[in-house]
Amino acid sequence: MPTKIGYAAVLVVLAASAIAFAGPSGGSVTGKVTYEGTPAKQKPIDMSKEPSCAQQHPTPITTETVVVGPGNTLQNVVVYISAGAPDESSAPPQAVTITQKGCQYLPHVVPMVVNQELKVVNADQTSHNIHPLAKINHEWNKSQPPGTPPFSEKFDKPEFIPVKCNVHPWMHSTFVVLKTSRFAVTGETGGFTLPNLPPGKYTVTAWHESYGEQTQDVTIAGSETKSVNFVFKAKPY
Amino acid sequence: MEEAVVQTTHVHAPPEGFIRKHVFSLDHKVIGKQYFGLALVAVFMGMALSWLMRFHLVWPNTKVPGLDLLSSTGAPGGVITPEYYLSLMTMHGTLMVFFVLTNAPFAGFGNYFLPIQIGAEDMAFPRFNMMSFWVTFVAFLVLILAFFIPDGPPISGWTAYAPLSAVGKDAGPGLAWGQSLWAISIAIFCVGQLLGSLNFIATTLDLRTKGMTFMRMPICTWAWFITSAIGLLAFAVLLPACLLLLLDRMAGTSFFIPSGLVISDRLQNHAGGSPLLWQHLFWFFGHPEVYIAILPAVGIVSHVLITNMRKPMLSAKVIIYSMMSIGFLSWMVWGHHMFVSGMNPSSSLLFSFPTLTITIPATIITLIWLGSLYGANIQLNSATLFALGFVSMFVSGGVSGFFLAQPSIDIYLHATYFVVGHFHMVMGVAAIFGILSGTYFWFPKMSGRMMNETLGKLHFWITFVGTYCIFMPFHYLGLAGNVRRYSSFVNDFMAPLMPVHKFISIAAFITGAAQFIFLFNLIHSRFRGKQAPENPWNATSLEWSIPSPPPWDNFGGKHPVIYHDPYQYGVKGSKGDFVMQDSPEQV
Amino acid sequence: MGKLFAAILTLVALASAYPIVTHMYVQPVDISTHGHAIDEQLSDTMAEAGFAFLGAQLLLALFVWRFSNRKNGSNVKHLPGGAKLMVATAFILVGTEVLALGVLGQKAWADVYFTAPKQDALQIQSQAGQFAFYFRYPGADGKFAALHPDKIDEGNGNYFGLDLANDVEARDDIVTAELAIPVNREIQLLMHAKDVNHSFYVRELRIQQDFVPGLDLSVHFTATKTGKYEIVCTQLCGLGHYNMKAYLNVLSQEDFDKWLREKASEQ
Repeated sequence: MPTKIGYAAVLVVLAASAIAFAGPSGGSVTGKVTYEGTPAKQKPIDMSKEPSCAQQHPTPITTETVVVGPGNTLQNVVVYISAGAPDESSAPPQAVTITQKGCQYLPHVVPMVVNQELKVVNADQTSHNIHPLAKINHEWNKSQPPGTPPFSEKFDKPEFIPVKCNVHPWMHSTFVVLKTSRFAVTGETGGFTLPNLPPGKYTVTAWHESYGEQTQDVTIAGSETKSVNFVFKAKPY
Repeated sequence: MEEAVVQTTHVHAPPEGFIRKHVFSLDHKVIGKQYFGLALVAVFMGMALSWLMRFHLVWPNTKVPGLDLLSSTGAPGGVITPEYYLSLMTMHGTLMVFFVLTNAPFAGFGNYFLPIQIGAEDMAFPRFNMMSFWVTFVAFLVLILAFFIPDGPPISGWTAYAPLSAVGKDAGPGLAWGQSLWAISIAIFCVGQLLGSLNFIATTLDLRTKGMTFMRMPICTWAWFITSAIGLLAFAVLLPACLLLLLDRMAGTSFFIPSGLVISDRLQNHAGGSPLLWQHLFWFFGHPEVYIAILPAVGIVSHVLITNMRKPMLSAKVIIYSMMSIGFLSWMVWGHHMFVSGMNPSSSLLFSFPTLTITIPATIITLIWLGSLYGANIQLNSATLFALGFVSMFVSGGVSGFFLAQPSIDIYLHATYFVVGHFHMVMGVAAIFGILSGTYFWFPKMSGRMMNETLGKLHFWITFVGTYCIFMPFHYLGLAGNVRRYSSFVNDFMAPLMPVHKFISIAAFITGAAQFIFLFNLIHSRFRGKQAPENPWNATSLEWSIPSPPPWDNFGGKHPVIYHDPYQYGVKGSKGDFVMQDSPEQV
Repeated sequence: MGKLFAAILTLVALASAYPIVTHMYVQPVDISTHGHAIDEQLSDTMAEAGFAFLGAQLLLALFVWRFSNRKNGSNVKHLPGGAKLMVATAFILVGTEVLALGVLGQKAWADVYFTAPKQDALQIQSQAGQFAFYFRYPGADGKFAALHPDKIDEGNGNYFGLDLANDVEARDDIVTAELAIPVNREIQLLMHAKDVNHSFYVRELRIQQDFVPGLDLSVHFTATKTGKYEIVCTQLCGLGHYNMKAYLNVLSQEDFDKWLREKASEQ
């Protein structure tokens, strides 16, 4: 009957499209980052010198050099493909944003691709002065009075750039400028996923601001998901 | 007493051509006007900077339209950042102290009138003189360049304390090339001043005409002479200090930087230097510098008052000796800027005594002025009004010095607005009043035309009341502990003081606007003013014995002979109640 | 015009004196043991300055009123006594008063700078660095561990540069952002500059002292009233100078002990 053939044809077309339009080949690396040992104690931050920020934290926030989650997971680890992926021809069009709020940098670690737009927002009532301490990239230092619009910058070379606020010494962050857009930052679960990897051999690097870097090689065949875990050694000091 | 010296001829040929006459001129009169013109540009720039500062303090997050064109980093969207405020403040201070207060009363009027008042055809070294102006002009250009570089002008104040000024860009925006340009500019400025001072001293000693003994020189001539002696020694210290600063910044030396400093998370690669060394070098120059700023005004005001009181001072000699004492004592007081600097506290006490003692000659001069006004016949023209305003300001500014001279009180008042009020009144306003008095007095001689008296009086009244409204409240703010050099007042205890700041800012805008009356008067009178006679004020000193404006060689090839001091007023003279210095008539 | 000048000058002089005489802007409450000498000195100087100021301005106004643009103007005359009187007045009146202030004022200065801190003064170290003050208490071992500028890690709260990994003495040092002190107890504040010149100024304590890089300076004082007071930086130190402050928190001995224990547990 024309209807039955019609349905079958539609199904075949749909299935073929699903296969054809499934996007780039679907291999991925996922994993978890954990620590062993005792991490350094995070200290509460006394913001009394900046009352408009202190007010926003009835319970003071703590330092963020080592942020952990349940099950010994490690947060703020940047996991990325450091070798094996083709170079990106251009930076992603969307901007990455760093917000200064409550005298804190949000997020604490900001990965971005070389030449990707970085938008800096001051959501506080006080002036901030954002100072990325770049050694390879051009070092700049900009004040942002309260109520002024966000400004944009970009970095044209890969680098791990510590960022400080000249006015509020406790504010620290890191700009992680990478050649690749294949990166993830671990959250509370310590987990990460790097999807859409064509078959091939890759080096995965995990970077933590206090514990340094670790790398592992992984080979993806077809569209498998490989599991790569990292364990960092924590020290109390 | 010294014998009058027969003038030896140090003349140059008559100038020819536009460039020789008006640009690279050897004529002390043209050079004087060039300095005056440079000071005029600098003072309006300095005033505009102060307007931006006062605006920002009271309306911190308001856009200043167009400011982001001058500096997109310093004023993003037209809102002044904390560092831009500090660079405006640094440039304000630098322009005002160096390019206005050292230039106009000393290099400007002094260059123009010192040779004439002693009966000379020109300065002793006309070429040095020309060089001194152009060197100063180059210094000005180098300083202004700092506004246009990406990192902006320096932010360390006109005092440029090390290590903030010495370590370079790690210490903050504006401290990279901006600070270096500042140090280079000031070093060049020192060279200009040294050349000028040499000239003034040599000219005064060597080129007095026949009969012009030292005590027959007008008080303002003495003031320029004493100032040039101070300047020679003071700028000779600032020049190497700036060079050492540049070496620390660029050659890796550590004159002013100790080891172990961590700035912007970086351990600084320096060792062995002393921040206090900079302060000593700077203030050893810096204190005599403020007397360089005020003594010429003291001289000018005395000169103007004598003419307009129609009587001499109770004793010109006492004023002259008092100015000399001030010059002498000025070398011993520099540590009063450093009472709480970390210097040995015994030194602080030692410095406070000459500081308090300097009050005595300053009071003697003030009392001589006041006492001389008794029984006078005061002619109240614009020049006189500004001279009397000077006396008032000198008292106000001087009296606040009583407080700051005492280390124990300085513990409370140091680095507050009290200090800012003190130096603005006694140096800023008073010296400016001296310059203005001199301008209204000598404009007829320099240009051959009279200034508009009505506009002059209007200028005086607004400025006199206005400057009191601006700077008197600074003292109250200081007593309440309002800290200086803050780009915003965010502290708890400063919020209640904001209404005072608003009042000050508004007074500053109005008073500043009134200066355009003066500028208009200056320019309009230059072209449309009434023709000025040779001696519009019936004055006695030599500048009033030559045409208005004077010929290129001042006395037309003749050498005047002097018979009297310049204080022959209230006497029966052939021309009226005065006898001119070069008139042979007996008194 | 002379009369106008005199009138306006008088008005200006009286208006200038008014806020002082009516105590509109005075120093805040004195919470220190040495401050009364400074305050007395200040008020003596104010009285003398006031007389000198008003005297001179009103005399100027009077003379301009009487002696300007006079009708029979050619009769100029001299003040009886002449220059000699003026010089004598200056020397006697101003000289002795002003120098007396200087001599008498020494005690207030000596109280702060020429007395040594008591043996049992509580030592607290303060560090001034762009743009905050931090404070360090010695902890249970009573000792301040060595400072290592290269180990400063502000993101980690290690503002002083303690070598916590290797230096066991450093682990009990208590680092705070607030200067809490017990009332009526002498404090010796050790002053360390991290980067450039700064200054420690607490209005109510009548204390001001610069931090100088490379110099070990200290001040000592005793606070007599509990409460929270602002410590502000008064030496231009860079763009954040206006925003460089901390709180002095004067507590009862009991509250202070509690506070210190709390802070120790946060280290």
